[in-house]
Amino acid sequence: MLKGRSLIEPMDLSLEELDELLNLAGKIIENPAAYADVCKGKVLATLFYEPSTRTRLSFEAAMLRLGGSVMGFSSADSSSAAKGESVADTIRTIACYADIAAMRHPKEGAPMVAAMSTDMPVINGGDGGHQHPTQTLTDLLTIRTLKGRLDNFTIGLCGDLKFGRTVHSLIKALSRYENIKFVLISPEELRIPDYIREEILIKNKIEFKEVERLENVMDELDVLYMTRVQKERFFNEADYIRLKDSYILDAEKMENAKSDMIVLHPLPRVNEISTEIDSDPRAAYFKQAKYGMFVRMALIMELLGVEI
Amino acid sequence: MLNIDSVNKGLVIDHIQAGKAMQIYKYLNLDKMDCSVAIIKNAKSKKMGKKDIIKIEDKINLDLDVLGFIDPNITVNVIDNGEIIRKINLELPSAIENIVKCKNPRCITSIEQEIVNKFKLTDKEKKIYRCVYCDTAYEQN
Ligand SMILES: [Zn+2]
Repeated sequence: MLKGRSLIEPMDLSLEELDELLNLAGKIIENPAAYADVCKGKVLATLFYEPSTRTRLSFEAAMLRLGGSVMGFSSADSSSAAKGESVADTIRTIACYADIAAMRHPKEGAPMVAAMSTDMPVINGGDGGHQHPTQTLTDLLTIRTLKGRLDNFTIGLCGDLKFGRTVHSLIKALSRYENIKFVLISPEELRIPDYIREEILIKNKIEFKEVERLENVMDELDVLYMTRVQKERFFNEADYIRLKDSYILDAEKMENAKSDMIVLHPLPRVNEISTEIDSDPRAAYFKQAKYGMFVRMALIMELLGVEI
Repeated sequence: MLNIDSVNKGLVIDHIQAGKAMQIYKYLNLDKMDCSVAIIKNAKSKKMGKKDIIKIEDKINLDLDVLGFIDPNITVNVIDNGEIIRKINLELPSAIENIVKCKNPRCITSIEQEIVNKFKLTDKEKKIYRCVYCDTAYEQN
């Protein structure tokens, strides 16, 4: 049971706890109506020091679908932070009104400071470029639901692997499962950071390869996780022109993919996935948003210790 | 009275990198204690050329772990009756609080001064300490 705990980074959960959480999410997917009142009388505070409508609405939808209520703020200038109040003082005040909080903050570690200052469970809804654990839970639930397992598959991660925190968290999370192979697809300058390669992949003897072009590896993948590559991240124009089409997923590349491969993307996408793929049954990125809500429902239930 | 040359009973913190003695004096909170302390700066050393030494009379129950973080070359001798009765092996502390500040400009501690600066030892072999809030590794010097 996770009752009373906070979730600050994905690895806060043991494999058993993660399993329990994903199992609960699976049950909610099967029969959401059975959970429509379990959080009646409970209040979720969404403390968003920077706007992220998508994440905030996912948390709020999750609480509302459990029968609870929501309150909060969605930017720093509408909050007490604008008047210079510390995160610790804010969370202590909020804890008088709410039962659980989801916090997004531009500074790394702010949700950790909040969690250390209160007994109320705090969920990290993203702290700068640092952690975003509910995104990782979303990714895991999506893969587990659509592939039926979290072990024995090959996952391709494509795009900006250097700065993408969702990619780093997902690699760490999946590295705990059996027989996962990683195909890391990015331009040279946007490869995964050394500490991920050395401290996670090599140290745990996990099979991986680093390649430059997506089209060359499409047929090997069971899961493809797309992220955006921003033009500014390339060192030079020539590389950008040479490679840019490699990081755009289109129907032509999908032709070489396995028939049961799934495509994930943390959203919002810009042009890295062509809209012509949206109707392909392998495109899972919109379902992923729905699983994001379900996994947050399960998380809120677990942290509050409510049962059906 | 404290004899500068010899301590009768107490601690001798030796092989401190020259110039660092005052820093260590502060880290060990010696300024807040009433024991006699002698600080010797720029003493001649065969091994180091120059070194600092701190001699502390009486006080033995100091939390010395922090020294292992600051400089593992430091040695600590426990003195009784004017003789070294024991050498204390410095170990890397598993956590350090309010000794150093996180240098990551994106860290919450950079804008909220009252937060306790806390680092945890995450890799004993490589002596890597990471900020508990943002996970940034602390780079010495
Ligand atoms: Zn920090």
